[in-house]
Amino acid sequence: MRELTNLTISQAHQGLKKKQFSALELCRAYLNNIKKKDKEIHAFLTISEKLALSQAKKVDSLLVSGRPMPVLAGIPCAVKDDILVEAVKCTAGSKILENYIAPYDATVIQKLKEQRVVILGKTNQDEFGMGSSTENSAFGPTKNPHDLTRTPGGSSGGSAAAVAADECVFSLAEDTGGSIRQPASFCGAVGLKPTYGAVSRYGLIAFASSLDQIGPITKTVEDAKIVYEAICGKDPKDSTSVESKFPISNFQFPIKNLRIGIPKEYFIKGIDPSVEKIIKSAIKKYEDRGAKIVEVSLPHAEFALAAYYIINPSEASANLARYDGIKYGFSASGKDLMEVYLRSRGQGFGAEVRRRIMLGTYALSAGYYEAYYLRAQKVRTLIKNDFDRVFQKVDCLFTPTSPFPAFKLGEKTSDPLSMYLSDIYTVSVNLAGLPALSLPCGKVSNLPVGLQIIGQAFNEHKILSIAETFEKL
Amino acid sequence: MLTQKEVQHIAKLARLGLTEKEIGKFQRELSSILDYVERLKKVDVAKVESTSHSLTVENVMRKDQSFKFDKKLLDGRLKVKKILQ
Repeated sequence: MRELTNLTISQAHQGLKKKQFSALELCRAYLNNIKKKDKEIHAFLTISEKLALSQAKKVDSLLVSGRPMPVLAGIPCAVKDDILVEAVKCTAGSKILENYIAPYDATVIQKLKEQRVVILGKTNQDEFGMGSSTENSAFGPTKNPHDLTRTPGGSSGGSAAAVAADECVFSLAEDTGGSIRQPASFCGAVGLKPTYGAVSRYGLIAFASSLDQIGPITKTVEDAKIVYEAICGKDPKDSTSVESKFPISNFQFPIKNLRIGIPKEYFIKGIDPSVEKIIKSAIKKYEDRGAKIVEVSLPHAEFALAAYYIINPSEASANLARYDGIKYGFSASGKDLMEVYLRSRGQGFGAEVRRRIMLGTYALSAGYYEAYYLRAQKVRTLIKNDFDRVFQKVDCLFTPTSPFPAFKLGEKTSDPLSMYLSDIYTVSVNLAGLPALSLPCGKVSNLPVGLQIIGQAFNEHKILSIAETFEKL
Repeated sequence: MLTQKEVQHIAKLARLGLTEKEIGKFQRELSSILDYVERLKKVDVAKVESTSHSLTVENVMRKDQSFKFDKKLLDGRLKVKKILQ
């Protein structure tokens, strides 16, 4: 039998059902792995050992009773630190929330708890999700398990590294402009960003509300499917959530009927030639099996990053106004209320968060609103229209997830704009609200490369099936 | 290029205390990002509607509820700083 810390969800589920090991043994194996490896990797901010052990014991007593077990029962998972787990510290990677204890469960956590998952802890991230390397965490960076001198990507670097280092079976993360897909790509994991509205965000610490989505990071496509099915659906507590009309289970897309769109704007200068080679050979594999490859154009793609870096900071500046030194966590003293605000926010937020709050405040301020924010939202319409148009001709789009593999720690920290450019292939998907998945499809020396598969809104079943095909090619 | 005065003004609107050194740093960094964003001016948006959400959203109301909070509870109430001068 394989090592306990090397199992997929269904393998672990089978093992539990056949009583090859207990949920407690499985949980302890992961906790031990975390203790052994995480000093070096730093994927976790909080380890919820007591919670995990008590959840595992409950699963074992259910197993004894012989009742049917949900597929996620007893499966050890990790949760990004911007998703609330009742009575567990929740910092979103920020000093301003360093002592914040979540007073309730996010809907996704409630759903996972109903399935009796085991929650091992909370994972590191760029502060409030702002970053592409996890170096903007107030609690120190996470390292890439494939090469400890490199970043795991971001902002969900902890969630991706935890999966890659076998510190959990799967993790939950959140994606605002690529924060699930890019770290999944850098760490060689599968990352699914669902359609905007497909998964409830109740209990997610808000970053940019028209873009944020919760999704899984897993070892296989099948696992991503299992977790997505468990967490999706309309929630009365999230007004943006929608019930998808497409069932996921057992949907199979015959490869002979598959039309894959290749956006020509995504294969231009700036892409690492070795990444381009790997992506093209993945496309070729589908073509060899009978898929039709169609070159398509997304003419406004070149404006996506600029529109994103207006819309995202604008929404963030409004969402982060709540951290005033009064209502939550960190508070600095001052001679009057204004000074309390200035000092709490000045000292409590890191550099990137302050940069985005400043940028957003500027873009929304009197005299600039139309020139920046409103214009960016109009460009967003054009970006969405581009996708709508190409999806009349193709079933999905294939692109690289990132123009390059994992970069070195410290390589991009001194130049914010160069960090922003690592999101160039992922942000349009959030602007248009589409589902997309990053799939490991090769390596540049020892560094994983991810293929991004983009689908039409609420077509998760299609992109999951298309991705699963690749694992079998 | 943003002026130092503009940076100070934005920081005050955003309630962010900045040191002198940070004002200079933010001036350079914000200006370089705004230069990049300039490219949006090349797009003809005259007849384009804006998109705030990728799907149509409707407001949903719920009852206000209170939750147990952290340690700073006094007789079941939360202790905060003075906010009225």
